[in-house]
Amino acid sequence: MTSKNKWLSVPYLFWSVVFIIIPLGMILYYGLTDKTGAFTLDNIIAITTAGHAKALRLSLLLSLVSTLVCFLLAYPLAMILARIQVKRHNFIILIFILPMWMNFLLRTLAWQTLLEKNGVINHILAFFHLPALKIINTPAAIILGMVYNFLPFMVLPLYNALSKIDINVINAAHDLGADNFYTFVRIILPLSIPGIISGITMVFIPALTTFVISSLLGGGKLLLIGDVIEQEFTRTSNWHLGSGLSMVLMVFILINMVLSAIFDKDGEGSML
Amino acid sequence: MRSALKKIYVALIILFLYAPIGTLMVLSFNRSKTRAKWGGFTMKWYIGLFQNEEILRALFNTLLIALASSLIATVIGTVACIAMTGMKRRSKSLLMGITNIPMLNADIVTGISLMLLYISLGIRFGMGTILLSHITFNIPYVILSVMPRMKQLNISTYEAALDLGSSPLNAFFKVVFPDLLPGILSGFLMAFTMSLDDFIITHFTKGVGVDTLSTKIYTEIKKGIKPEMYALSSLIFVTVLTLLVLINLSPDKKEKK
Amino acid sequence: MKRIKKQFIRSTAVLLSLLTALPLGGCTSSGRGINGQVIVYNWGEYIDPETIRLFEEESGIKVIYDEFETNESMYPKVESGAVAYDIACPSDYMISRMIENGMLAEIDYEKIPNAKKNIGAQYYEQSRGFDPENKYAVPYCWGTVGILYNKTMVDEPITRWEQLWDEKYADNILMQDSVRDAFMVAEKRNGDSMNTLDPEKLTAAKNLLIEQKPLVQAYVVDQVRDKMIGGEAAIGVIYSGEAIYTQKENPDLVYVIPEEGTNVWIDSWVILKNAPNKENAEKFIDFMCRADIALMNFDYITYSTPNVAARELIEDETVKNSEIAFPDLSQYSNLETYVYLGEEGDSLYNELWKEVKAY
Repeated sequence: MTSKNKWLSVPYLFWSVVFIIIPLGMILYYGLTDKTGAFTLDNIIAITTAGHAKALRLSLLLSLVSTLVCFLLAYPLAMILARIQVKRHNFIILIFILPMWMNFLLRTLAWQTLLEKNGVINHILAFFHLPALKIINTPAAIILGMVYNFLPFMVLPLYNALSKIDINVINAAHDLGADNFYTFVRIILPLSIPGIISGITMVFIPALTTFVISSLLGGGKLLLIGDVIEQEFTRTSNWHLGSGLSMVLMVFILINMVLSAIFDKDGEGSML
Repeated sequence: MRSALKKIYVALIILFLYAPIGTLMVLSFNRSKTRAKWGGFTMKWYIGLFQNEEILRALFNTLLIALASSLIATVIGTVACIAMTGMKRRSKSLLMGITNIPMLNADIVTGISLMLLYISLGIRFGMGTILLSHITFNIPYVILSVMPRMKQLNISTYEAALDLGSSPLNAFFKVVFPDLLPGILSGFLMAFTMSLDDFIITHFTKGVGVDTLSTKIYTEIKKGIKPEMYALSSLIFVTVLTLLVLINLSPDKKEKK
Repeated sequence: MKRIKKQFIRSTAVLLSLLTALPLGGCTSSGRGINGQVIVYNWGEYIDPETIRLFEEESGIKVIYDEFETNESMYPKVESGAVAYDIACPSDYMISRMIENGMLAEIDYEKIPNAKKNIGAQYYEQSRGFDPENKYAVPYCWGTVGILYNKTMVDEPITRWEQLWDEKYADNILMQDSVRDAFMVAEKRNGDSMNTLDPEKLTAAKNLLIEQKPLVQAYVVDQVRDKMIGGEAAIGVIYSGEAIYTQKENPDLVYVIPEEGTNVWIDSWVILKNAPNKENAEKFIDFMCRADIALMNFDYITYSTPNVAARELIEDETVKNSEIAFPDLSQYSNLETYVYLGEEGDSLYNELWKEVKAY
């Protein structure tokens, strides 16, 4: 476990150079050139055009909101789960991973069936003479889709961080006269920061780059930056513009990485 | 009262997560081919499923790729974690930064860039290229779940084993490995899950005639997704769930003290 | 702690072995037939698998079959040469793009006798829009784009694109979520060509689409089918091939070709220039043009077949004479087929469409 073992990093180093760095270099190359292969910054500046800027703003807004919703839903949940016996640990993790074993597209389509005007939920509401739910094809449905798909990525790191907190620390705080609220603010919350950071990253970034959700649940009426990039690659075949815009998104990824490095010095926040 | 509230809260979240899955299961018994209409109960999609060679082959490919890529990723990732503990802080952060890239990059970008890579290297597209790509996006999940375990590790036990005359390899497998195991396993499981669910990267790196369940589902979009897919997903899901419940609820009295 | 680990290993191991063992029986031998192979790239679910089996049996040629979901995702895979395909089945405008970029091989009709014998001349005529000399493409499926409406949800028959701008139907309209189809609707409404590159006409079309946006319930592609069957919307823009199926599921639905004219699309077999098995590719296309085989495919995918001989074999008279499956094209004067607009034309359309979507 000492520096002697440095050679052990060779396989992974090799792997990341070949399969991560070089492909990334190709994206940079495409992003910084035009169709003739000449250097240009146009593909990056393109983010400032009205349509792209609006798509980016919208994506940022929706992914921030869904990250926040995920956090608000997941934190109390993780606190409850963390107090369940340790021997159920793996079972709990699996409960949240298992939905992902059903294909992503099928699950999102199922939400359409649930939310539609004549969908399952509205049938149930009508049965109880309740007013109909009208969120399909609105931004709210996109947020719901994001929260649904990425909630496990928030729950798991929070659960992991919270279940590591020694119950004795909390008991000690109580013994010393701290009330529940004070204990939460001064003990539990600070100790769970690595989990919070990791959870926010794991929800915010995929939400920022997603594209299927907006077209399936949002009725295709809102253009997200992920949709734009996807279309540049698969429909318009303008890989240069697509790469340029991806580079813009990478800036947000970098910002996020720097922030997590600041708040999570030991890299303790982890998924599982 | 409070514990009842807690239970209700957990139940609601689980309902939220599993509602679409329940919907799909109901649809798998729908006689009508469209998801928009209930045409009566039928088992025909389940019967059809086992006669549909293409779907079964896609299932086989999916599981094979998921299993192989997550296994290989687990080995590479775990070894990388061990190596990283011996590294200087800066090079370690750099490597961790690189590790984050495939996880955080949009799938489409990863997929296209890998396709370009394989073309420029002249690699033949097929199962091999899918496997390489899946390993690539799986490694980060392994590293991110093994790394925290690595930090909690007590180095002195390993050193003690060495002092007592154990070979480094032996000491590793007897002393370090068992402590890392939960992290390794959850990393493996996460990798396996991610591989199962991937579509975009597979689409761009797959060879001719090699299909996974995801690519099959997406190509069916134009003509409508076949209900056999709902049936298959339900089967996989129920199998896994039943096994999990059985294993976790079995009393196991002998080991309990 | 140790016990949990054990349990976890055990559960994972059991799960995985079970799941991996399950489909082993479904793994079949793949390899070359006695007469070699042919690599086919087609739309998903766009052929009766039984016809492939029959072809393999009769010809001794192994078919390696691959599927794509859009013309645009097909193109880079073929162009990049990642896989050397023999045959593809793109749509009209994509074929003209591939012709322009020298990606296709000329068809030798001597080797494909069924293509000339069974495919109706009018379809070759229609193909001239994208393949002027009929040198590259053998029509496989075709159809129109029209309006599907639910007669219980409208109070007058829908006959014109114009009615998609009627405020009565706010939040009850489903539009196609693709550049060319969306612009086609607006351009046809304005009486313009759907292949126009005139900036003024394009701006007019864009403004129309923006004007329509508040009325649109959703921009969808394949979801029109399910949403119309479920009664989610009153009016939807849809491909004719879906019309028969949707009507069967919901008898209230009516399909019309709007008076202002529309798009006639044709998906055709093409042989790629660098096809490694050209002769087998010819045999495959010839086989698919056989009347009985084309009929099987028509029954399976329900999209109109250009195979006149196959249509004669249809037993159900209502289907055989269906106005939806086989409209008389000569009756309309304003039908068109998409052509490739060139890189600049394409990006112009895409820019404008993005403005509509982002508006």
